[in-house]
Amino acid sequence: MYVYDEHDRQIAAERVAQFRDQTDRALAGELAEEEFLPLRLQNGLYVQRLAPMLRIAVPYGMMRSNQVRRLARISRDYDKGYAHFTTRQNVQLNWPNLEDVPDILAELAEVEMHANQTSGNCIRNTTTDQFAGVQEDEITDPRPYCEIIRQWSTFHPEFAFLPRKFKVAVNASEKTDRAAIQVHDIGLQIVRNESGELGFRVHVGGGLGRTPMVAPVIREFLPELDLLTYMEAVLRVYNRYGRRDNKFKARIKILVKALTPEGFAEKVEAEWAHIKDSPTKLTREAIDRIKGYFTEPDYESLENASDLLARQRFENRAFDQWLTHNVDTHKKTGYAIVNLTIKETGTPPGDVTDRQMEQIADLADEYSFGEIRVTHQQNVVLADVRQDRLFELWQAIVPMGFGTANLNTLTDVICCPGGDYCALANAKSIPVAEAIQRRFDDLDYLYDLGNIDLNISGCMNACGHHHVGNIGVLGVDKKGEEFYQISLGGSSHHDASIGKILGPSFAREAMPDVISTIINVYVDKRTEEETFLDTYRRIGIDPFKERVYA
Amino acid sequence: MPDIVLQDGSIKQDDWVVVSRPEDGDSLNPPNQKALIPVDLWLAGYERYAGREDIGVWFDSHQEPETLGDKVNELTVIAVNFPKFTDGRGYSIGRLLRERMGYQNELRAIGDVLLDQLQFMKRCGFDAYALRPDKDIQKAARCLGFFSQGYQAATDTDTPLFRRRAG
Repeated sequence: MYVYDEHDRQIAAERVAQFRDQTDRALAGELAEEEFLPLRLQNGLYVQRLAPMLRIAVPYGMMRSNQVRRLARISRDYDKGYAHFTTRQNVQLNWPNLEDVPDILAELAEVEMHANQTSGNCIRNTTTDQFAGVQEDEITDPRPYCEIIRQWSTFHPEFAFLPRKFKVAVNASEKTDRAAIQVHDIGLQIVRNESGELGFRVHVGGGLGRTPMVAPVIREFLPELDLLTYMEAVLRVYNRYGRRDNKFKARIKILVKALTPEGFAEKVEAEWAHIKDSPTKLTREAIDRIKGYFTEPDYESLENASDLLARQRFENRAFDQWLTHNVDTHKKTGYAIVNLTIKETGTPPGDVTDRQMEQIADLADEYSFGEIRVTHQQNVVLADVRQDRLFELWQAIVPMGFGTANLNTLTDVICCPGGDYCALANAKSIPVAEAIQRRFDDLDYLYDLGNIDLNISGCMNACGHHHVGNIGVLGVDKKGEEFYQISLGGSSHHDASIGKILGPSFAREAMPDVISTIINVYVDKRTEEETFLDTYRRIGIDPFKERVYA
Repeated sequence: MPDIVLQDGSIKQDDWVVVSRPEDGDSLNPPNQKALIPVDLWLAGYERYAGREDIGVWFDSHQEPETLGDKVNELTVIAVNFPKFTDGRGYSIGRLLRERMGYQNELRAIGDVLLDQLQFMKRCGFDAYALRPDKDIQKAARCLGFFSQGYQAATDTDTPLFRRRAG
C-alpha cells in the first residue's frame, strides 16, 4: 500500500492549516456562505438535513488497520459512534460539528488520510476493483495508476472549478468490471496492445444521475506513460467547453453527446498533440517507484487447503454457504479473498459502529496483513486470508454481523443514506432496503435466485446507482409524498447497461410485494442457467409490466 | 484606483481601468488613461490600437486565447475575467496564454477574484490579482502561501513532483 513520503506529509499538513484558516474565516463571517460552499465541499463537508456530513477519502478503497482504528476513534470522539461506507469506496461521518472539522482533518493527516476532493466540482477519488492485486485474471495491478492519478489530481490548479464533479475509475480485469468504469466520467480499462505493451482503453462520458449514459470509447489504446497528459487534455477540453449554464447539463457526458464521441475525441487529440511530450508525461521510473509500494505481502508458500475445507463444509452447512457466496478465489495458492458483508437487516447498508470498525481492524491484523478494502457495494474485503484459517475467521465474524452469506444476492442491497440523512433526497431509501431484506430472509431462496443487483437511490442524484441495478429503485416526491419508481435491466459490469423504467411508481408499503412479483416473473420464465439479467434481456420488460400492474 | 495584489502577496497601486463591452450599436471609447478593452474589440480595431502601451485587453471566460495568435506579446497587460469565482475556465486561459502562446507580460485576474482562489491563479500563470474590493487585501499573502509545493507541473513549475522525487 502507498506510504506518504515527506512531500505528501507536507502537503497534507499544509492542507489542514489552509482548511482551518478557511473555517475560521467562514465562522467569523468573512466568507459568505456561497463562497465557503465550494471550499468546504472540496473538503467533503456537506451541510445536511440534520447536521454537517463529512466524507473522508479512502483512495481506491484501501486502508490499513491503523487508519480504520483512527476512523473508529474519530467517530467516537467527534460523532455518534458510527460511520457509513459509501458506494464510491469512501467513508462518511453523519454528525460532526463544523468547528471540529479542522481537528478531524489533523487527526486524519496523522494516519495519512484526508477528505480532499470528496465532493465539489473537481476531480474526485479514483476508484477501482476491490480485488485489485489479488485476483487471477488481472492484466496488472490497477492501484499504482490510481495513486498516480490521485497525486496528479490533488489540488490541480487548473481543474479546481470544473463545470461539475468528475469521477475516474480504473479496471484491470479482462473478464469482470467491479469498478463500473463505464458509468464514470473517465473509465480506464487496462489493456495490452498487439505488441504486448501496457496501456488503457479510454472511455469518457458515462454517468448516472438525470441522464444516465454508458461511456463510449474515445481511444482504443493509450500508452501507459501518456496517462496524465491525455487526462489533462480531456479535462482541459471539458473545463473550457463543458456547459456551465445548467447544472443538469454540466457533466462531461452531455458535452461528449453534443460533440459526438468522435467529435469529442478529435478535440482531445488536438489538445493532446500540444502537451503529449510535456513534463507531465510519466516516466518509467515514476511508475516503477509507485509500483514499489504495491508489492505482494509476505505470502507463505502453501498448498490449497481443499481437503480441510471440504471436510469443514460437510460438517457445517452455514460455513459451506458462506464459503460459496462470500469467499473468492485468490491468485496465490493457499489463500482466499474474504468479503465481510455490512448489510445486516435492520441497519442501514454500509453503516458500521466504532466497535465494528475496531473489530474489522483487528481481523485485518490477525488474518490479512493488516489491510482492509472498502467495496462500491458497501462491503469490506480482507484480501489475503489463509484458506486453512477461513473456518476460524468465519466463526469470529458471524457474531459480529459480518458473516451474512448474502453477497451479490438480492438482499446485498446498494443503498444511499436517503431521506433519513440526506438533504437532497426526495424519499427515504433505507426503510425500503430493510423491508425487502425482511421479505427475502430465506438464504436458500436467495441462493436459488442467484446474483441480483438491487440498487436504491433516494433521489435523481443516484448515489445508490439505481440505473445500473438489475432492479433499480428511485425515490420520487409526489406532492410531498414519497413514491418509488422501478427500473429493470441495468448493469454496471462489462456488459454495462442502463435500466428501463417499468411504469408508474409505488408507495413504500407496496415495495416488498412489487419486488416479490418481479422476482416471481423471473422464477417462472427463467431457463436453468439464466440469471435475472439474462432472463430480462431475453424476454424484455413487458412480462414484468403485465404482472406488476395486473 | 484600487490596489492590486502581486504574486508574492505584495500590494501595488494600480492605474488601469477595465472598460466594459459597449452596448450593441455603441462604439468603444477608451478613456484617456490606461485601459483594458475587450480582446475581440482590440483585434477588430488592431490598426488603431497596435503599439499603444496604454491599451491592454481582457478576456471573458468563454473567449479563446488562441485568437490573439502571435500578437500576444504586443500587449503589456492581459486580463482574464472570472465572472463568478466558480467559473474555472480562466485557469485554462491563463495556462494557454503562458505555456502555449508564450505570453511574457502581466497576466491579471479580474472580476470575482476572492482570496481562496489566488493560489490556483498563481499556479496557472497569473501574476496580478484585482481582488474583489470587499475582501481583505492584507490576507492575500497568507492565502497565496499555504502550499510550499504542488504535485503537478503547471505554469509556475515545469517539474511535477514525480520528476522532483527522481532527482
